[in-house]
Amino acid sequence: MDAEKALLSLRNVVKHFDISGGLLDQIQFEKGRLVRRRTTVKAVNDISFQVLTGETFSVVGESGCGKSTLARTAIGLYPPDGGKIYYDGQRIDHLSPGQMLPYRARIQMIFQDPYASLNPRKTVRQTLEEPVYFHQPSAKAAEVRDRVAAVMEQVGVDPQWAGRYPHEFSGGQRQRISIARALMVDPEFVVADEPVSALDVSIQAQILNLLMSAQEEHGLTYMFITHDLSVVRHISTRVAVLYLGTLCELAATGELFQAPRHPYTQALLSAIPKLGQHGVHYVKLKGEVPTPIDLPSGCVFHGRCLFADERCRHEKPALMRLQSGTQVACHGVEEGRL
Amino acid sequence: MHHLLEVQDLEVKFALRFGELTAINGVGFTLERGERMGLVGESGAGKSVTGFAIINLISKPGYISRGRVLFEGRALNQLSHEAMRDIRGNRISMIFQDPMMTLNPVLTVGTQMVETLLAHRRISRQAAAKIALDKLRMVQIPSPEKRLTQYPHEFSGGMRQRIVIAIALVTDPALIIADEPTTALDVTIQAEIMELLLELCQAQKTGLVLITHDLAVVSQVTEKLAVMYAGSIVEKGATDVIVNDPAHPYTQGLIRALPGIITPGSRLHQIPGVMPSLTSIPPGCPFHPRCPFCAAVCRTTPPHLAPVDSRQVACHMVATQNGRLEPTGIVETWQPDTRMTATGKAVETHGR
Ligand SMILES: Nc1ncnc2c1ncn2[C@@H]1O[C@H](COP(=O)(O)OP(=O)(O)OP(=O)(O)O)[C@@H](O)[C@H]1O
Ligand SMILES: Nc1ncnc2c1ncn2[C@@H]1O[C@H](COP(=O)(O)OP(=O)(O)OP(=O)(O)O)[C@@H](O)[C@H]1O
Ligand code: SF4
Ligand SMILES: [Mg+2]
Ligand SMILES: [Mg+2]
Repeated sequence: MDAEKALLSLRNVVKHFDISGGLLDQIQFEKGRLVRRRTTVKAVNDISFQVLTGETFSVVGESGCGKSTLARTAIGLYPPDGGKIYYDGQRIDHLSPGQMLPYRARIQMIFQDPYASLNPRKTVRQTLEEPVYFHQPSAKAAEVRDRVAAVMEQVGVDPQWAGRYPHEFSGGQRQRISIARALMVDPEFVVADEPVSALDVSIQAQILNLLMSAQEEHGLTYMFITHDLSVVRHISTRVAVLYLGTLCELAATGELFQAPRHPYTQALLSAIPKLGQHGVHYVKLKGEVPTPIDLPSGCVFHGRCLFADERCRHEKPALMRLQSGTQVACHGVEEGRL
Repeated sequence: MHHLLEVQDLEVKFALRFGELTAINGVGFTLERGERMGLVGESGAGKSVTGFAIINLISKPGYISRGRVLFEGRALNQLSHEAMRDIRGNRISMIFQDPMMTLNPVLTVGTQMVETLLAHRRISRQAAAKIALDKLRMVQIPSPEKRLTQYPHEFSGGMRQRIVIAIALVTDPALIIADEPTTALDVTIQAEIMELLLELCQAQKTGLVLITHDLAVVSQVTEKLAVMYAGSIVEKGATDVIVNDPAHPYTQGLIRALPGIITPGSRLHQIPGVMPSLTSIPPGCPFHPRCPFCAAVCRTTPPHLAPVDSRQVACHMVATQNGRLEPTGIVETWQPDTRMTATGKAVETHGR
């Protein structure tokens, strides 16, 4: 991978959440002794990848697999418990809030639920002006005003409505406003966590088009989090597939959808309902998703995999690069049996 | 012979403080024994209200203001409470998006299944327990004997939905109404649940009304399809026919807006504007402010469902242009950046 083109680079990033509660909750009586047990959710485990300038890098996987945690850790909203994160060549994990400030303007985030992420007591204008004044306290009022109008125009919300409150808008319009807020400070990197998941198909199309146009106009780089694989296929340059906080496969979008290599990716893609298909045809997995509290030994997927053998149960497969450029973590693929 | 289900000209209103609101307006369709129908449309189109109206579960301030629901020839909305209770959860079962709408958190799964049976059948507790066990097996719950004694919180989301299906099946209903049964679930679990529902309905000749916003799921599971927009059915017919060759401009737009149909990376086809809120449904065709084919008559006169080829379409322009509106026309006329106003109405940049 071309190192200088990497805008964001993660190396062996780990993020765990301690959910043990108070000391009393942690104490247990085991084999005749009192022991202190911590419960941790292993949300992100040893993940490495690079997001290249100008691409749309998507992260997919099922509910609870760690997509949101990975995104938030990657841009410094959560401190990682291990590994290193570089943005534009500079190490950004464990920066103080003050040191992080310049990056806060260059990196913006859009969330799934625009209603929750927009302050209901602020007008659209206040919402849009706020990040500008935060990052450029000396900005001129007239210029900020013009910028609000221009950005609203660009996202397709009539600038006349700048004085209105979020509840006066439809879901799709609110998502346009949160995109506008992200664009106000002229970012270079936008992390979008399920930005269209709450929207109807016809509105989803409007918002996806808007995101694609904004990317072209501003040369944006996207990290796109979603569980909707049709959307992923449409907008992504490359796709990372996550299972239980672990990276299974990372590939160019076309390659991933034509020739998925990891058994989990194959099962996941097979389950996408297809328009005009009769009956439900998909690769059935064994068992259920384990909890990220007790990660399985060896390959995290082995309990559900149809091709698991002894080695899979004990040894963790490393991510390896195939000739096609696809990166995959699977013993079966490495051994040539899959 | 009667149809399994015949919904005739159904209208549901809600009496609200600021006046009455019509949630569904003249909805009608029929379903035969063992037939599966999809009811699709975007949020607020009236799908759930239609589902609830079928089983006479519209509660105040809502009421059925017009029309009839005939189930096996009996008019459900004219039955007494007792007679209706005997049909609901017995001859007609419901499955909701949230399994906890059906499941009682303080009762074991076994108790709930047995109680459901005892409420409708004159059988012994043992016989009921045996049927419950059978149904849990049918929905492929591992070690069903043990699972019968467990509480809903001991199951994952996907398993809970399978248990809801088991409960829905326990009385061998003739009709299942499933309202977004897999919307909250991951795709792999959705595939499992849909396959199960399809196989069980086929095996037992159970009728299914599948309410969803996902056209792809509908095309996998159903034979018939009704598309709703702003409280009305705008197109209905065989699923294959509509999915492969949609006639109504809204259906065309909906299908063409799906990612996965056109070249990745290109702009998606978009329907400008948003669905009107029910308090401000425009006169004439409810779709006219967003429609690329809108003509003068569309702004004044509501269109009615009329046969076009083998399906029914409610559109003036489809009716006058021999049932063919060229979809290419849509691409040229639609403005990708139609601006919207805060009242939710599209500004008509594409008027003619
Ligand atoms: N703040 C937190 N404290 C404790 N556990 C958390 C926290 N945030 C996430 N988790 C846990 O970490 C795991 C990964 O969660 P995450 O929200 O990243 O998943 P996700 O892939 O985004 O899921 P979804 O598709 O449902 O949004 C889950 O088991 C979740 O319960
Ligand atoms: N109890 C109620 N009081 C007032 N209006 C209601 C009530 N229930 C439903 N409605 C209105 O009826 C309309 C249709 O609602 P319905 O729930 O049937 O939509 P839907 O098609 O199922 O949408 P979704 O996909 O979001 O579930 C909505 O606009 C809603 O505002
Ligand atoms: S490593 Fe083994 S268990 Fe994991 S996906 Fe590959 S074959 Fe399956
Ligand atoms: Mg998430
Ligand atoms: Mg509904």
